[in-house]
Amino acid sequence: MNCREFVEFLMGYLDEELDETARSVFEAHLGGCRDCHRYMEDYVQAVELGRAACREPEGPAVPEGLPEELVQAILQARQAANSKEE
Amino acid sequence: MRPLAPKVPLDPEAREQDRSLLEALRRGEDQAFRALVDANTGPMLAVARRFLRNEDDARDAVQDAYLSAFRAIDRFSGDALLSTWLHRITVNACLMRLRTRRRRPETSIEELLPGFLEDGRLAANETVRRDRADRVLEARQLRAVVTQAIDQLPDIYRTVLILRDIEGFDTEQTAGVLELSIPAVKTRLHRARQALKELLDRQLSDRLDTANRRDPSPLADSGEELDHELS
Repeated sequence: MNCREFVEFLMGYLDEELDETARSVFEAHLGGCRDCHRYMEDYVQAVELGRAACREPEGPAVPEGLPEELVQAILQARQAANSKEE
Repeated sequence: MRPLAPKVPLDPEAREQDRSLLEALRRGEDQAFRALVDANTGPMLAVARRFLRNEDDARDAVQDAYLSAFRAIDRFSGDALLSTWLHRITVNACLMRLRTRRRRPETSIEELLPGFLEDGRLAANETVRRDRADRVLEARQLRAVVTQAIDQLPDIYRTVLILRDIEGFDTEQTAGVLELSIPAVKTRLHRARQALKELLDRQLSDRLDTANRRDPSPLADSGEELDHELS
């Protein structure tokens, strides 16, 4: 296995989808290639940082509070839809 | 890789409050609709902003989602919480809007994927260690850098990344809502993650360089609380 193949199989390895033979070939490369070891660490960290950043309530969630004009637009749209049905 | 956090069992009190609210909604009580909108618009808007990256589109998607929900309220089974149901409807409204809106020019993802030498080894620029550059950023700055990096991904990759890694959809669900094959979802997710890694490498390296220019002393090992905050 070379680095290109390592990167190709990386997600399958992390998701535990590789069969035993592929996994042992993958791990043999991982054990001997510092660059791929680093690549995998940074890949995993990127995924974790993405999850954490978007789940953090102080993050991009609702920085400026609830926009009242949107709330009003939603409630008015409901009333308009009701009027049409009637 | 560590799976997303398991779903927390529904709190009986929350379920009871939800049931009362649902009954009031079905009776058409204005106050119930106001309460529903007050409680859920913030989180729904956050989801829509993540998908659509445009405030007007995000607000329109939230409005579309509420109108769909109001029309379907009599058919809602009540198995899930209203907030969960609205969340799912919002995701669908965003995906619908992404399908129909005019595509804007986007960066090709190819330049964000790793380069290889002829013999298959990683190219030299792929092997520069990021060296925990995130340690120089405070948690809030780091979150901003990461969300900006996600926003830079082309729509078709960002959507898969958000559904799988952030919204917690599994591969089959993601394939279903995007009308893609399972292998296509896996390929897009892997490419999106590789591109996110590359964008973070660039962003964090730039900030590390700036920090080093400002203070050339060795970096303080201040990352432990950051890791804790993000875990």
